[in-house]
Amino acid sequence: MSVNTQDHHTTAREPVPGSPPGGRARSGSSPRGRAPFWNWRTAQSVKGASLTFPFLAGFALFVIVPVAMALRESVYTTKSTGGLGFGGQTVSFAGFDNFAAGLVDGSFWSGMLRVFLYALVVVPLTQVLSLVLALLLDAARRRAAAQFRILLLLPYMVPGVVGTMVWIFQYSPTVGPLTPFFEFLGLDVNFFSSSMVWTSMGNLAVWGSLGFTMLILYGSLQSVPHEIFEAARLDGASELRIAWSIKVPFVRGSLVLTSLLSIIGTLQLFDQPLLFRAVTPETITRDFTPAMMIYDQAFKVGNLNYATALSVILAVVVGVASAIIYRFINREEP
Amino acid sequence: MSDTTLVPDAAVGETARKPGRRRRRVDDYSSVAEARGASRWVVLGVLVALALYAVGPLWWLVVAVTKNQRDLYTTNGLWFSQFNLWQNLGDLFTYQDGIFVRWLWNTVVYAGLGSLGLTLVALAAGYGIAKYKYRGRGLTMGLIIASFLIPGSLMIVPSFILFVNLGLYDTIWAMILPGMFGSFSVYLAKVYAEGAIPTELMEAARIDGAGEYRIFFSMGLRMLSTAGATIFLLHFVSSWNTFMWPLVFLKGVEKWPVMLGMYSWLSRGTDSTVDLTSLVLTGSLISTIPMVVLMIAMQRYWRSGVTLGSLK
Repeated sequence: MSVNTQDHHTTAREPVPGSPPGGRARSGSSPRGRAPFWNWRTAQSVKGASLTFPFLAGFALFVIVPVAMALRESVYTTKSTGGLGFGGQTVSFAGFDNFAAGLVDGSFWSGMLRVFLYALVVVPLTQVLSLVLALLLDAARRRAAAQFRILLLLPYMVPGVVGTMVWIFQYSPTVGPLTPFFEFLGLDVNFFSSSMVWTSMGNLAVWGSLGFTMLILYGSLQSVPHEIFEAARLDGASELRIAWSIKVPFVRGSLVLTSLLSIIGTLQLFDQPLLFRAVTPETITRDFTPAMMIYDQAFKVGNLNYATALSVILAVVVGVASAIIYRFINREEP
Repeated sequence: MSDTTLVPDAAVGETARKPGRRRRRVDDYSSVAEARGASRWVVLGVLVALALYAVGPLWWLVVAVTKNQRDLYTTNGLWFSQFNLWQNLGDLFTYQDGIFVRWLWNTVVYAGLGSLGLTLVALAAGYGIAKYKYRGRGLTMGLIIASFLIPGSLMIVPSFILFVNLGLYDTIWAMILPGMFGSFSVYLAKVYAEGAIPTELMEAARIDGAGEYRIFFSMGLRMLSTAGATIFLLHFVSSWNTFMWPLVFLKGVEKWPVMLGMYSWLSRGTDSTVDLTSLVLTGSLISTIPMVVLMIAMQRYWRSGVTLGSLK
């Protein structure tokens, strides 16, 4: 949306009619002389356009070609004709077969159900906590807020793999401080058991994304015009009331975006469960999440065609889920 | 959405001018919104609790790295015991003929070259889209916006097939090239270029006889240096942290970046006689420090980038 207005703006400013009269500009901009039909203004835009060519070439090769290949590969099957894959391979058109198999694949959809239930808890929890945090920062003294902001952003600066490993060690019954802590409280918690592992990963996800989401929400809180608060205060509104009725509606746009980013990331969950699998392979199976199953099918089983079909299904699910969330949050607006 | 559309201009304006001073003054003015009395202590208490939650595990990591193997398992994880940091660092850097140093170097090379390439490509493209009018410009923007909707997991398997066919599989180019054409960076560059480069100045340069390429390389690039730093930084950090891509595309241990290497230690730690826990911990801290230092030092760049990023 913003892009369109920006475009419009530039277009309007393009100084075609108001540019310096022909003779001078011509001698200035094309000293080497051009064919008559090749007017200097065209030459200029062609050169301008050519600045985008390196990007477009790379984009075509590394983005458009793979997307096209994803659609193509998913409608074929590959069978090796010789034993153990040493002989040739036959590729045959399979139509919708891979998709049909994927749509009824029990382990793929139970992985999907897992990440959905997980997202249903983790995404709102992260948003609410980050919002509370942003509102608290907004209410704290400026200098204190700046210091807290750095501390709260530290987990965001830590590489995701390192963050996951650090929490794996926190949960570890041998080196981690959490097991003795819960024992002290009289609880015997195994963080890697199948009933606890989602809580363990959810905690890690909240820890890792709290700072980032808070930063975006806090940023958009700063853009609320402060006259509104003054007016509300004069009318006798309490700080809580102001937070709920003025600040929260103001950051709704940012909330939609952070929720979307969060849901898109969560449905494609891969790194975290794979790292957890390194320490608890019996709880985290190979096809624990859809992305893990795609990885497994492609690079362990070697069924690239099926894996591609599953990726396309996952992409569609992610797209539909994002669209629903976008609609859902936007519709609540009075 | 109308409130969010205002953000890019604000963010660009803020970085184009000197941000620090101006921002602070606005903040001071808004301090009338501060909480008072008892509620101030509640606010402070909750903030402290959440800050402890954020920092706690990292504190544990720093403490753990200074301990020897025995103390790691037997002493309180949140406080120091016998100081063994130098020994741990020595172990980390000499294990398997210093493979960790190799991994760190690989990471620096992949992230550095990839980010440099991306920055040039994206600035040129963003500048071209923002400052010129030509047929196909709308289509280019459309492709860029549409590509935001492609989830990463869709790309990995077909990219693998493509890279095998191109002979890029298990080469360093598999790590450097694909990242150089990020459409989000082009979008970022375009938004910056619209705000930072006055068309009148380009006209003036033309009248003085400068060609379009010369205008870009000698004037445009310089005026887009803030955007360039943002794009470079964001990509450097994300390629430092990337995990799934090298897992799929790099087979040789010698070519791995540091994150993948540590994953291999973590998974080996459970089923071999060597206890690699200390190495993983020390490696984690060493590979995190550059990121934290970089991000704290260059806050103003990545924060404006993130604000724009939230718009996509």
